[in-house]
Amino acid sequence: MRYLPKSAGDRAAMLKAIGIRSVDDLFSPIPAEYRLTRDLAIPRQMAESEIVDWFKQRAKENGEGYTSFLGAGAYSHYRPVVIDALVQRGEFLTSYTPYQAEYAQGTLQAIFEFQTMIAELTGMDLANASMYDGSTAATEAVMMACRITGRNGAVVARSVHPEYRGVLATYATHQEIPLRKISFTSSGQIDLKELDRAVDNDTACVLLQSPNFFGTIEDVEAIAEITHKRGALLIVSIAEAVSLGIVEPPRAADIVAMEAQSFGVPLGFGGPYCGVLATKDKFVRQMPGRLAGQTVDKNGKRGFVLTLATREQHIRREKATSNICTNQALVALMVNIFMTVYGKVGLRELAKQNLAKTAYATGQFSKTAKVLFSDAPCFNEFVVETSEDPYAINARLLGHKIVGGLPLKKFYPEFGNAALWCCTELTTRSTIDTAVGLVAESERSVQGNDARTKDAEPEEVTR
Amino acid sequence: MKKHTTRKATRHISQNEGLIFEKSSPGKAAWKLPPLDVPEVDTSKLLGSSERKTLGSMPEVSEIEIIRHFTRLSTWNYAIDLGMYPLGSCTMKYNPRVNEFVSRVEGLANAHPYQPEKISQGALRILKTLSDCLIEITGMDAITLQPAAGAQGELTGLLMMRAYHQSQGNARKKILIPDSAHGTNPATAATVGYAVENLKSNDRGMVDVAALAAQMNEDVAALMVTNPNTLGVFEQKIHKIAGLLHEKGGLLYMDGANMNALVGKARPGDFGVDVMHLNLHKTFSTPHGGGGPGSGPVAIKKILEPFLPMPIVITKPDGTLGFEYNRPQSVGRVRAFYGNFGMFTRALAYIFANGPDGLRQTTEDAVLNANYIRKGLEGVYDLPYETPSMHEVVFSDKVQSKKGVRTMDLAKRLIDYGFHPYTTAFPLIVPGALMIEPTESEPLEELDLFIEAMKSIAEEVEEDPQFVLDAPHNTRISRLDETAAARKPILRWKRE
Amino acid sequence: MSYPTDRKYTKEHEWITPDGAIGITNHAQDSLGDIVFVDLPKVGTELTAGKPFGTVESVKAVSDLFAPVSGTVTATNEELATSPEKVNKDAHGAWMLKIKIKDPSELNALLSAADYDKFVSEEAGH
Repeated sequence: MRYLPKSAGDRAAMLKAIGIRSVDDLFSPIPAEYRLTRDLAIPRQMAESEIVDWFKQRAKENGEGYTSFLGAGAYSHYRPVVIDALVQRGEFLTSYTPYQAEYAQGTLQAIFEFQTMIAELTGMDLANASMYDGSTAATEAVMMACRITGRNGAVVARSVHPEYRGVLATYATHQEIPLRKISFTSSGQIDLKELDRAVDNDTACVLLQSPNFFGTIEDVEAIAEITHKRGALLIVSIAEAVSLGIVEPPRAADIVAMEAQSFGVPLGFGGPYCGVLATKDKFVRQMPGRLAGQTVDKNGKRGFVLTLATREQHIRREKATSNICTNQALVALMVNIFMTVYGKVGLRELAKQNLAKTAYATGQFSKTAKVLFSDAPCFNEFVVETSEDPYAINARLLGHKIVGGLPLKKFYPEFGNAALWCCTELTTRSTIDTAVGLVAESERSVQGNDARTKDAEPEEVTR
Repeated sequence: MKKHTTRKATRHISQNEGLIFEKSSPGKAAWKLPPLDVPEVDTSKLLGSSERKTLGSMPEVSEIEIIRHFTRLSTWNYAIDLGMYPLGSCTMKYNPRVNEFVSRVEGLANAHPYQPEKISQGALRILKTLSDCLIEITGMDAITLQPAAGAQGELTGLLMMRAYHQSQGNARKKILIPDSAHGTNPATAATVGYAVENLKSNDRGMVDVAALAAQMNEDVAALMVTNPNTLGVFEQKIHKIAGLLHEKGGLLYMDGANMNALVGKARPGDFGVDVMHLNLHKTFSTPHGGGGPGSGPVAIKKILEPFLPMPIVITKPDGTLGFEYNRPQSVGRVRAFYGNFGMFTRALAYIFANGPDGLRQTTEDAVLNANYIRKGLEGVYDLPYETPSMHEVVFSDKVQSKKGVRTMDLAKRLIDYGFHPYTTAFPLIVPGALMIEPTESEPLEELDLFIEAMKSIAEEVEEDPQFVLDAPHNTRISRLDETAAARKPILRWKRE
Repeated sequence: MSYPTDRKYTKEHEWITPDGAIGITNHAQDSLGDIVFVDLPKVGTELTAGKPFGTVESVKAVSDLFAPVSGTVTATNEELATSPEKVNKDAHGAWMLKIKIKDPSELNALLSAADYDKFVSEEAGH
C-alpha cells in the first residue's frame, strides 16, 4: 500500500522488538467473536490514475460546463489562483489546531489577521476564528444571545435562509427556545409593525438576514431600535459576504453571524464553508469558537496564542458555551487570502460589478416578467415571477447549458411561480440575455398556465 | 551537562514577517477586474443610505507580498509533511495529495448545492458510495453525512437517540459518560438537554461494568463510550456493556474518534453499538488544516433510521439518485445543504486508494507503531495503566515531576528536537498525561528518532531540569505569556 | 500562612466578613494560579448558601464560586473586571461581592481562621 512506509522486514523487526510473534497478538484485546476474519466489502485498492478517472467521471455527470443563476446562500465568485497555491502548502494543510503556540505561529497570526478583517468588514469590535458555516453560526448566535440576556426566546424573520432557520429549529427544540416568525412586506423587507408586536420583555434576540434570502437589504437601524427598546439583542446574518464591499455593515447589531463562502471558497456542492461570529467587546466571554490573541514571549517579542479557552468544551465540559471543537481553519485561510487580495479598494470595486450585473438583469427581466420586491435596494439576488412553472422554464434553460433561478416554492409554497435569481461578477451579459429571452418566450406562449411539470424538484418547507 | 544531539532537526534562518496591515499602503493592489459588459451603476442612487462609505483598515498590498506573507507564516508551523505529529487522539496521519486533487476537479468543486438533481448525479453518487463504504466499515445499517464535524456528529447522534426514546414514550433524562471521555461528550449532552452522569473507570482504565450496572436505569438514555478509549485501551467488556444498556432500554453511543484502531479488524455494529460518529479528518485522512474543516458522519442501527437528519439520498425508481425531504420523524437539519462535501470526496479517494487490504494493513501498522513506542519508552516514563495499548499509548510525568518537570515542559522540549508535542494533560484520569499516537504514517526511522528524543529529554530532566523548564530554546519565539493574553485580550489589530 | 480572624471561611475556600464582604482565600488563589477573569452576579441577585454564584478563571481552568451564606448582592468589586490580578496579589483584601446577609446565624456554621488553616493543611496531606 503506497501510503504505508514500511517493508516486511521493518514490520518483522518491530514485532521482534516488542516481543511478539504476529501483529494479530496486538489485537487480542478484541474478543475473538468480534474480530473480522474477512475482507471488507468495499471497492478494491485502486491506482491513483483510476481514482482520478473515477472522480472525473462523476464530475462529468455533475453539470460540468454549465453557467448558473443560483445563489441562495452559495455564491459563484472568481477565486484568485494564489488561494489554492497557498492553502495547499503542507505547513497549513497538514498542521493541527495551534495549541502549541511556539510551533504554530503561522496559523495563529493568520487567524489574528482574519479576525481583524472580519471585524472591520462587519463593523463589529471583534470576530472569532470561524464556525462551521452560516447556518450554525446563526444558531450559535441565538444561543449566545440567550446566555447574555438571561432570556429565552427568539424572533426570527422568515426572510432568513430557510435552511438556516431549519438548523436553528433543530437546536432550539432541545434548548427549549421558543421561536416566533416575522413575515415580510411587499418590499421584501421585515414587517416592522409585526416585529414591534412580537418583541417583548422575554425576547432574547431578533434574527434577521441582510441582504436577506430574497436579496433585499433590510433597514437594520429601524429594526435595531425596536429590538433594543425591549432589551433584546439584534443578530444579523450575512450570507453574501461580497455585499460588505458596498453595503453598510450592520453596526447597530450586537452579533453578526456570517457565511464567508463568497470570499474565495469553492461552491463544492455545499461545503465545507466558513461561518464566523463577530460581536461587541463586552460579549466576548459569551461567544463560542476559538480566538487568537496577541501577547509577548519572555523576551518581549510579539506572538499569538489561542486565548479565552475557558469558554470551550475541553475545559468547561458540560458548562461550555458550545460543544464546538473544530473551526474551519483552512477554509478561513482561503477567506483570509481572498480578503487580502481584494483589500480596501478591490472589495468595493468587486461589489460594484456585482451590483451592476444585477441592475442590468433586473432591468431586462422586468421588461418581460414581474420582478418582485423592487421597492427596496437589493444585492445580487432578485425574485422573478413568471406565468409558467419555473421548473419548466429551467428545464429548457438546461438545454442551453444554463441553470436558471431557484424556484421559491421549494421553501415558500405561497410563492407559486416565483424564482430567486442571482448574478455575480462572473455572470456575462450574453448569459443574462439568453435567460431573459427564454423567459420572454415562455411568457408569450404559456400565459396563465401554472400547471406543475415533471421537472419539479423535492421541496423542503421549514417548520 | 552531557551534550544531547537532535538528529532530526537543525536550526536555520527563518524569515521575519509583520502583520499584513503593516505592509499596506494606498495604491498597491493584487486584483484586477475585467471591463464591465453592462452599464455602470450609480451606487448611491441604487443603495441610498445603505451604501457603505469606507472599508476602514482593510489592507492594500501586491500579489508578491501576499505570496511571501503567507509563505513566511507557513514556515513557522510544524506539519505532518515535515515529520511525525504524535498528538494522541488527534490521529495526525498523512493527507494524500490525490485527495486534494480530486476535490478540486471542475464539476465537483464548482457544483452548486441547489443545481437540479438531473445534473447532480455525480455528487449524489459520491454521497452514496461513501455512505455504503462507511456502513460496511462500521457494520451499521444507515448513515448521515450531514454533520460538519465530530462534535456535531455527537449532537446529531444524541438527537436521533432522543427522538427514538421519545417515540417509545419517554425521552429519558440522562447520559452516562466515562471519566476518560473527550470534553465534547459532556458538552454535547448538555446541548441536547440531557443531564450528564459520570461513570468511573476501573483500575485497568476501562468502564467499570459493576458501576455501570448500578447506575443503569430507565432514566438513562445512553452511554457514550469511546472505543478504544482515550487511554488507547479496547473496552473488552463492550458487549456486556451494550447488554446492560439494552436490557433497560438504553442505547450505546460510540465516539468514533479512535476508529482508526479498528477499521478492517472489528466493526462496532457487530459488538452492540447503536449509534456512532466518525471523524473523517482522523480515520479517513482528510486534512486538519490548522483546526478544520472536520466532518462527522453518524452511522446508526435500523431502529434509528426514521430519525435521520433530512434530506437523505435515495435511489429513485428510474435508477437515478435524488434527495428525499419528506421524513416526518426526522430530527431536522443540523447544517445547511448536505454537509462538508469536499471532505467526502477526500475520504472516498482515501478508501479507494487503500481498498480492503490497505485499510486493514493501515490499522495494523498504526497499532504496531504505538506498541513499538510503548516498548521503547517503558521504564523511562511511567506507564499508569499496564493494559494493552491499541493505536495510542498514555504515559505520565510521575517520574519527571519529582524534579519539577511536568508533561507540558517535556512537550515544549520535544519541539527543540524537531517533533510536535504529544497531547498533554489528557485524558483527565491520568495526572500529567503524555498521550502519544504515531499513526501508521511513520517509518521505522522516524519512530526511532522519536524514542531517542524522548529518552534524551528524560536524561536532561535528571541532569538539568531548569533547561527543560525553559524550553523551547530553538523556536522563533519562546513561551508566550498566556495570562496577559487572557487578562486583557487583544483580538484584532488596530492602527496606532 | 495565617488567616485573618475578622472573618469566616468555607471548605470551598471562600471567606466572608460579618458585614457580608465575600472573597476567595490566599490558598485558593495560589492553587488556581494566575487569575484572568472573575465572573460575578449582578447587584440584586439572591444567593443561596452552598450554591454557585459565579466563576473565577485562570488560563486553563474555571472554578465555581459558592455562596458561604444566603443573602442579596448589594455591590460587586468592579475593579476586578479590569484587574483580576488583584486577587492574586491580595486575596484577603480583594473582595468580590458584598451581600446583605439573610440570616446572620448561618455564619456560625462556617470555619474560623484556625479551623480553615487546619482544614487546608489536612487537605494538602492527602
